[in-house]
Parts: sequence; structure tokens; C-alpha cells
Amino acid sequence: MVAPELVERVIARALARGGDLGELYAEDRHGFSVTLDDGRVEDPRAGAERGASVRVVRGEASYFGHVDGTDEASLMKVADSVAQAVRGDERRPAALGAVRVAQGHPVTERPQGVAAARKAELLRECDERARTAGAEVAQVSVGYMEERRLVEVFNSDGLAAADDRTRVRLSAQVVARRNGASGPRVETGTDTRGGHAGFELLSGDPGAVAESAARKALTLLDAVDAPSGRLPVVVGNGFGGVLLHEAVGHGLEADAVQKRASVYAGKLGQQLAAPSVTAYDDGRRTGEWGSDGIDDEGTPTRRTTVIEDGCLTSYLYDLVRARADGVESTGNGRRQSFRHLPVPRMTNTYFAPGEATPEELIAGVQRGLYAVSFGGGQVEPATGDFVFGVSEGYLIEGGRVTAPVRGATLVGNGLEALRAVDGIAGDLRIATGYCGKAGQTVPAGVGQPHVRLAELTVGGTG
Amino acid sequence: MSADLEALARAGVEAALAAGAGEAEAWCEDTTSRQIRVYDGAVESLSDSGGRGIGIRAFLDGRVGYAYGTDLGPEGLRTIASTAASVAAVADPDEYAGLPEVCGATPVEGLESPAMAGFSTERKVELALAVERAARSRPGVTQVENAVYSDSEGAAAIANSGGFSASYATTRAWAYASAFAGDGEDLMTGLGVGLARDPAALDPEAIGVEAAERALALVGARQPPGRRCPVVLDTFVAASFAGFIGGMLSADSVQRGRSLFAGRQGEEVAGPSFVLVDEGCHPDGPASAPFDGEGSPTRRTSLIEDGRLAGFLYDTRTARKDARETTGNAGRGYRSAPSVGATNLLVQPGHASLAELFAQAGDGLYVTDVAGLHSGVNPVSGTFSVGASGRLIEGGELGAPVREITIAGDLVGMLRDIAAVGSEDRWVPVAGSVRAAPLLLREMAMSGS
Repeated sequence: MVAPELVERVIARALARGGDLGELYAEDRHGFSVTLDDGRVEDPRAGAERGASVRVVRGEASYFGHVDGTDEASLMKVADSVAQAVRGDERRPAALGAVRVAQGHPVTERPQGVAAARKAELLRECDERARTAGAEVAQVSVGYMEERRLVEVFNSDGLAAADDRTRVRLSAQVVARRNGASGPRVETGTDTRGGHAGFELLSGDPGAVAESAARKALTLLDAVDAPSGRLPVVVGNGFGGVLLHEAVGHGLEADAVQKRASVYAGKLGQQLAAPSVTAYDDGRRTGEWGSDGIDDEGTPTRRTTVIEDGCLTSYLYDLVRARADGVESTGNGRRQSFRHLPVPRMTNTYFAPGEATPEELIAGVQRGLYAVSFGGGQVEPATGDFVFGVSEGYLIEGGRVTAPVRGATLVGNGLEALRAVDGIAGDLRIATGYCGKAGQTVPAGVGQPHVRLAELTVGGTG
Repeated sequence: MSADLEALARAGVEAALAAGAGEAEAWCEDTTSRQIRVYDGAVESLSDSGGRGIGIRAFLDGRVGYAYGTDLGPEGLRTIASTAASVAAVADPDEYAGLPEVCGATPVEGLESPAMAGFSTERKVELALAVERAARSRPGVTQVENAVYSDSEGAAAIANSGGFSASYATTRAWAYASAFAGDGEDLMTGLGVGLARDPAALDPEAIGVEAAERALALVGARQPPGRRCPVVLDTFVAASFAGFIGGMLSADSVQRGRSLFAGRQGEEVAGPSFVLVDEGCHPDGPASAPFDGEGSPTRRTSLIEDGRLAGFLYDTRTARKDARETTGNAGRGYRSAPSVGATNLLVQPGHASLAELFAQAGDGLYVTDVAGLHSGVNPVSGTFSVGASGRLIEGGELGAPVREITIAGDLVGMLRDIAAVGSEDRWVPVAGSVRAAPLLLREMAMSGS
């Protein structure tokens, strides 16, 4: 997209008043989305953006500017404005290497080549499947989105890298309604399928996504109020991994750690969980939602073991924080778009599978909660305190899953939750999440096999 | 700048009509923004950003298509316009779709501050550092994770095939800090924020001190035993709930059966002292503008009046469906088609000071932070259960700090339980744009140990 000769001049201009690192990030982005609501296909939306950002890092400080467009005048102007903020002597950048194109993730059927009508058809098929799941299904909304990002990163260390990223995602939300003596009862179920992949991801039974959302909503119609108190909790595979993402993962991001704004600061090498617990952040996992070829600073993505046999083994780094700690970047420097500074972010974060089966984990609980999936969650990385809303949950009584519950929340602390892990099953699955931090949203894979926590605070409604 | 943008928007409309649209509308934005983040007495990052883009809505026989882009040359505009017209084909016809019947602009004083231009980057850095120093200087503060100054200068323009075009410019400046008090597993955090039309109107000392005091108030917090008790929500928490309720008062949520307020106009949905208003033309409102995302003039809309549900928020489409007028609540950025949303929400302040609210509560809980509001509330049934921290209220006075609590209930039940609204109201820019006051609730369930 940007000619190497121009890149060299832009980076040189950015370093006119010094800096340890000068960087140009350029991006060409095309997206399309369409939704179905109440049986109507609506809001087809197409977008095309091209832009670039320039960053200069000097000591602990980052200077940053971005611009729409990648023409010479715009790039030189933004390089100038960034350089103006730096106080130092000119630095000469290293010569650029040849552009290294990242090993991508397989895309069999380019979404851009698929007719929009076929995408609308897909939404109608999902609508139909959800509605036939039960007479109490009252509303169905389905969303389809595709995105292609062509990313180029260059820096004053001679780095030149490119990545071609395609993502698709299908999501369904179903509302079920039942009229009872004490007024109507309304419940919502959701499900998604997405990946760093092409349209082929949706070729095998896409209606199953809508049917699963419908089943969740219908099940909740029979839900009883959630119990309160300290209880054993079995967390479901797939999206259940959001607990690890929020309560542990954010605290391992090196920006939080270096500011001592993480409970995990200073705990490297310490035993934080039982020896059966191992966890990864893996941006290379083929076709997963949070995977890329390189991160947004040009570092190849990789698998980082963050917890090994219960011991904290690594934090998650971008270039700036890696340099401060004298280590290599772990390929976690991510940004939402060319409009944002890269910060350490998770890619796909998950617990390694264990030996147990989900049934065995549940059989070991006399009275507890089976939290299959969460509606979302929030954590304060500095304290590790977290809250999660359980979107699909059941009581466990006498080692068996019994009635569905509604309105449960899990409240606790990341360190406490890690210590409480006392069983891990073998059924690893990774789900599609959107992770927000520092005003930026990036796709993040959250996952795990079934995991049991010996005790956690459950805030119920009963 | 505004005049250029208006011309660009008109060119976008022409291009869409040429591409076959029956009616068309274009929205343009041009924004420059700055963010300065300081840490430990030095600049951590300084960003200077500019962006310009257009979004075009094309109407073809009741079908609506949308496209946006950043390539604003003649060729780029033609591509965006023809994409908008072509993607419309996949949508189902919508009998309510179309341009607004009435377009116009409500004059709003002081949207753009001339003082913005005269404030150098150096002074803005100094402002962020002053926020950090103010927070750090309070004894007991162990760390200031972030002190941030941010501002933006932007212009927006709209044009449509009905012959309407208009534009406006606006400036904003804000600063915030996150302070820590205590250490290790006892560490607590506090947020301080300030917002104005220009940096000269920000008070760095007050922002830093607020962050410090909110953190210090929670040091030594423990999980209390669960019980039902009176609860006082502080202004930040009241603003979060008000913002959430504002979302459920959108006519779109109501018409799609996703709001617990559907079909309840005129009913008592809150305590008689509770008044909630949306005002898109409020002179101090962070979200104020002369017109909304479709070119309808902004206005004041009464939502909850003396506890009764008075109205909903409408854009053109939802208004047509209910055979009434839009309230000028079409939200918009160039990357998305207009959709209904609140502008500035205002909770009308009452007469009791915070100390009087504590005295009225007697023994209860003062909530200063909630977590998980958006995942913990069922928007249809209104049942919720969210994480909270704050202080106990003992004998009418502030008592021990508490954390890891959940408060639970249902939203309408909670609103009806409002016994008093505090007198100390302020803008809280953390959950949309809300001007809120503390709320005293007769009783809520809190679960702890």
C-alpha cells in the first residue's frame, strides 16, 4: 500500500527530533454487515477506510498521530506533527528490510466474493430455525458481519511486515415469552460463531447458532431464582473462559503490571493455582477469532504459556513494555485500528485441557451452580475484583444438574478464583468475544474446557 | 471548515441520487483530537489525531442501504454513494423509512469555545500533571495509574435530497484520573473526572482530589454480611442507572418489545420525586447539538415526570410507526446509520443534602461504584444483580468501607423505591452524558458473606 521509499522518508521525518523507535502503521479496511430483526432484513452497511498512524517512542513516552488516507502529503504532515512533540536530537532510522508477509490464516471462500443476497438468505435461515425451536419464541434477531484488514507495519529498526486478516461472525439473539398468572415472563438467549476465516466458517449448519440461542431462551423460561452465598461453581467450556480472560488475563497485561496496577505484579514464578492448572495466550491458533499473523506492531503472534502447572510464568507484552522489562515482545501489541495506540492485549486466552470429563466435575458437587455461559463481566485489574452475570446457569444438586436459574452473578477476586480451581475437563472450546480496554475494542478469543471452582460468591436474586 | 463539510455532504447526496437512489442523505464529520496521558510526573503518551469521513444513506422503494468511507475525493464519493444504493437491494422494504418531514436547527449557545485555540500543548500537559499531583498529594494515595487530559474540536454537516443542509462546530475538553489507595489485595481505586467546553474551564485540583478521595474512602473494605436495607446511590452510580434507563426508553427498544417500559405510558414507574428529562439542546450538555443525526432539531423531552412515565425517545422511523413526531433523538456517527438514543439525560435534583440522605437512611449502604451493569441487567424483565462497593451507613452517618457485594432487584421496583433525590447534581460523563444527583432507595437486597 505504501511505497518503501515513502515509508523511509516518513519514519525519518518522525525521528527528526529524536526517539528510540519510529513507526508507521497503515491499514486498508473493508467491512460489511447486515441484520435481521422481527423477520425483516435491515441495515445493510458497507464501509471502506484507509489510514495510517505514526508513533515515536522516546524513553517512557509515546508520541502518536493518525490520519485518514495514506497519500504522501498526509503522511508527511502527521510525521511532522508527531516530531514536533518530541524533545531531542535527530535519530537516523535503520534501512528497511524487505516486507515480510505474515503467515496468514486459511480463507477458502472470500466473504467479499459472496453475493449479499446469500448473506441475507443465511439470516432468514437462522430466523426460521430459531422460530421452529419452540412456540414460545417471541423475537429473533440475527447479525452477520465480515471484515478484511490489510495491515502494514514499518519501524526504525528496519522492520517491514504485512498481514491480511479476514474475519466473519454470525450472532443470534432470541427472546422467549410466556404469559403466566403473575404477568409475562421474558428471557433472552444468545449464541455466536466467528473466526479469523472466510465464509466457509458458516457453510456447515449456520442455523445451529440460532437454534442454540433459542434453546437457551426457552430453557430460562423455567428458571428459578438463583441461590446466594458461597458455593462450588462449575464453569462451562467456550465462553465460560471469559472468567479467565477478565479475572486473570487483564492482570497479566504488562502495562498494568509495570504500573503496579495489577494483583499479579511481582508474582512471577509464584504458585497461584493447583499444579493441574496451565493457561495460554495463543495468537497463532489456526482460524480462531483472536488470531492474527502478526500483532499490530509487526511481531509474529505466538503461544505464550502464562500459567504452567499452577505457576505464573509470563506476562503479555508489546514492544514498549517488553523493552522496559528487558524481554521480547510476546506479540500482544494490538490496536483497534490505525486510529489507536497499540497496547498489550490478549489474543485467544484459555485454560489447557485436563483429564476429567464435565460429568465427573459435576458429580463431585453436592450443592452448587453450573454456570454455562456469561452475559459479560467486568474486572478491576488493580484489585482483581470481578463480577460476572451468568446468562445460562443451572443448580447442581446431589452431583446432578437440575433446574435452570436466572439472575445469578459471580463475584470474587482473580487470585482467589485461581486458587479455587480444583478440576479441569478435556473439552476445550474457544468462543468469540469483543474485549474493551483503553477506549479500544478488539476481537478476543475466550475459551476453556469445563472448569470447577471449589467455592465462589454467588449473588442471586432469591 | 463547516461550510466545506456542508458542500461535501451535498455532493454525497447528488452522487447517491445519480446512483439511482430515490431519496438520499449524507452526514460528514471532521474532527481533530488530542490526548495526553501522564504518569509519574512525565508524559506517557501524547496523541494528536485528525479524521474526516462521510456516511451516505440511500432510499430505494422503501429499502435502505448505508455506506461510509474516508476517501472524500470525487471518485471516492461516487464509490461510497453507489455502494449505499447497491446494498439497499438486500434489505426488506420498510414502510416507515424515509427522510424527516421537518428539518431544522435549534440554536445552542456556546457549543464551540474560542478559548480552545489559545491553549498550547504545553499548558495541556501541565494541566494533566496538575491533576496527577493533586491526586498524589493526598496522604494514603499509593499510586495514580492514569491522569489523562483529552480534547476535541469537531464539525458535523448533514444534507438531504429534500433540500436541507446544515452544519455546526463544537469543542470539548475533559480530564480524569484513577487513584489507588492501600496495597496488595487491599488496594482500592477511585475515579475523578471533569468536563467542559475548553481546558481553561477545567479544575485540575478538583479532579485529582476527587480521584484520591474516592479511593481513600474505600481503604480497608471488607465483604459485609448480606441483608435488606436502605441504599443511597452516589451521583456516579445514579448516573449509570439513569443512562441504562435512558436506553430502555428508546422507542426502538419499546417497539421491538425489548423494553420493560413498553405499554406503560402514564403509569407510576418511579417514586414521585423522580424526574428524568432528555435535552439535546442543553447549553452545558456534552452531547448537545443543534440537530440530530437526521437533521431534526434537538429539543427537551420529558421521560419520567413526578414518577409517571411521560414519554419515549424517537427518531423519524420510530415516530412514524407510532404516528407522532420525532423527538430529535437520532444518534449518529458517520460510520453508522441513525439510530435512536438519549442525548443529555438529566435527573432533576431534589432538596436533601447527602448528609440528610444518610440521616434518612439510618442504617444502610452507600454505593459509590457498581460493576457489570450492562451484563447484570435483563433489559426486558428489568431484573438485575450487579457488583458493588461503597460504605455502610450506621446511625445516619458514613461507616465502614465494604466491597464484593452484589445488589439485586428489578429496575422498576428500584425506581418506585426512590424515597428522595439529593440536591447535589453534576454532569457524569462516564456512562453517556448524564447530569445526575444522589438517590435514596427505601430498600434493596444486598448479598455479601
